[in-house]
Amino acid sequence: MNTTDHLPDYREQSPEVAARFAKIKERPVVLEIDHLGRQFAGEHGSVTALRDINLKIHRRELVCVIGPSGCGKSTLIRIVAGLDQATSGRLLVDGKEVSGPGPDRGMVFQGYTLFPWLTVTQNIMFGLEMQGRAKTSARSEAEQWADLVGLGRFKDNYPAQLSGGMKQRTAIARALAANPRVLLMDEPFGALDAQTRCQMQSHLLEIWRNVDVTILFITHDLDEAVFLADRILVLKANPGEVQEIIEVPVPRPRRIDQIHSPEFLATRRRLDELIHPKSEHPPEPLPIIRLTQAGDDVE
Amino acid sequence: MPNRLLNVRQELTTRVRVVLTVLAFLLPLGVWSLVSYVPVIWGPMIKVTESGDVSWLKPGQLMDRHEFAAQVDKTIAEGKAPPAGKRANPIFLPAPHEVGRALYTAFTTKPVLKGDKWLHESIWTSIRTIFWGFVISSAVGVPLGILCGAFFSISRLTEPFVDFVRYMPAPAFGALMVAVFGIHLEPKVAIIVIGTFFQQVLVVANTVRKVDGGLLEAAQTLGARRRQLVLRVLLPASLPDLYNDLRILLGWAWTYLVVAEVVGVSSGITFFINQQAKYRNFDNVYAAILIIGFIGLTTDMALGFIGRRLFPWKDNRPSRLRNFIVRLFAARDICAFADKPLVVKA
Ligand SMILES: Nc1ncnc2c1ncn2[C@@H]1O[C@H](COP(=O)(O)OP(=O)(O)O)[C@@H](O)[C@H]1O
Ligand SMILES: [Mg+2]
Repeated sequence: MNTTDHLPDYREQSPEVAARFAKIKERPVVLEIDHLGRQFAGEHGSVTALRDINLKIHRRELVCVIGPSGCGKSTLIRIVAGLDQATSGRLLVDGKEVSGPGPDRGMVFQGYTLFPWLTVTQNIMFGLEMQGRAKTSARSEAEQWADLVGLGRFKDNYPAQLSGGMKQRTAIARALAANPRVLLMDEPFGALDAQTRCQMQSHLLEIWRNVDVTILFITHDLDEAVFLADRILVLKANPGEVQEIIEVPVPRPRRIDQIHSPEFLATRRRLDELIHPKSEHPPEPLPIIRLTQAGDDVE
Repeated sequence: MPNRLLNVRQELTTRVRVVLTVLAFLLPLGVWSLVSYVPVIWGPMIKVTESGDVSWLKPGQLMDRHEFAAQVDKTIAEGKAPPAGKRANPIFLPAPHEVGRALYTAFTTKPVLKGDKWLHESIWTSIRTIFWGFVISSAVGVPLGILCGAFFSISRLTEPFVDFVRYMPAPAFGALMVAVFGIHLEPKVAIIVIGTFFQQVLVVANTVRKVDGGLLEAAQTLGARRRQLVLRVLLPASLPDLYNDLRILLGWAWTYLVVAEVVGVSSGITFFINQQAKYRNFDNVYAAILIIGFIGLTTDMALGFIGRRLFPWKDNRPSRLRNFIVRLFAARDICAFADKPLVVKA
């Protein structure tokens, strides 16, 4: 931990980064989460999964939500997608209150959820067809999207014939083709191996740069959050509440070697403090029984 | 080798699979042949070859072994010429070659009574009964099952009653169906419908309910509405399983055939079997039963073959070549797109 002692404050922003944030704040608010709360009826009374969440996301902003497992990240994004109902608060897209799912809020799930009976192109066409587009024009647009996410050669493959990364790229293309105002992503790269995940992150940023879309991205991976986000919403668990909203001081365009830059490390350290707070009660050591022979130590 | 055959959940090689499939038929045939051609194995009867001095015995007559032995002892004790005979099986167990011959001759034998049907006519009647029963049942049962699987309200409204009727044995409706539909084909079709329909609704509903809810959620975020969720998601997602359900249900429909065909005026293959049993032509009886088996098995195999082509995306054993190509590109693709310039979308 010695190397991080001389890190800058994570709130310090270079002039370019500060200018970028000023510019973002001038853009219209696309998604507004207003005093949102969610309680679940449990066996022993109700459980508060989310309490008083407030967030305004501006056009073409990329916001990450991070927090420990079980803090309500999925619940939050499912409510935004309209797949779950908030017990209090409101949700506004482009200033209009919404409830229930709709094509203005596209979603990419951790489990891909591609339609297994449709090819890559047909999966991407699905949203367009739901909006009443003619088959031929939907197909040609879907093929462009397949090219855009680098799946040109796999247009006619079924999901079962794709690797995890390719499936997730299809899912991203499928969501974007429906032309949503907000793209919601719930730990989309969580099931991928480290190398593929890293590639997918760069790829997502490249797509985002070229497409007019606002992204709300859920993750529990600190590096992923810092690498992708303009702002990071940090949740705490029991009940799920906003701890802090961090403006990431790492300049764009992001490159993979920036993960060693001081701003990156400073932000990451701040996230680490928030998510893994120094506990007054260190966890009790496990009652480990020695199974190896004496003198066989690894430490 | 036996060790390799008994690996838990281990796929077999094609050769082993074929060999085992052939054995599955050869083994029962072997047992049958053994019992038929080596009468000492079982042979509870004696086939009389010479009647001796016993006037009421005719050559070729079958008689219980112990009674025959008693008769021989009695005749010898009376000082007369004893009858002779050899071990034989009862008439209800013809030898394989007799049944094999009957598979052909049953089709060429003229019906005994005027008005009786030829075998091929009987089979055709049976197939028509099954066909109409299954088509009518499916035409209502499949859509209703899909609706039950899609909407909990419809399921609650339908399934308790369907479940209740399901436990009533279809043949119990026989007399009623005759009263309603007369004595010909209609009541028989009705029995098949009753036997199939109620199971069908429940099976189809269950299959549709098993569709991954995530697919519905994904479709909703893409703008799909109620109608599209049913027709564009639930239906195609469950289609391969529905197809297999129908294959299994068709098999059930065949099991209702025999009870259906004795309702009203007995008809079809069942009538043929009963008639032949009456004339004690048991080789024809076996032939007819085997033919039902053949028809069932070949239909099922044909449907299975068609199913694998209808749902290529479901193929859990893709060709090795295709697998290889996919993996080859998948590996290369990870490095491929990183520095590729992206097309800017207008
Ligand atoms: N359908 C539900 N019924 C009851 N409790 C739920 C339900 N869904 C989520 N929860 C609870 O809400 C909390 C947040 O869950 P979730 O949003 O899945 O967390 P995360 O995605 O951050 O891991 C958990 O404590 C979970 O037990
Ligand atoms: Mg989650």
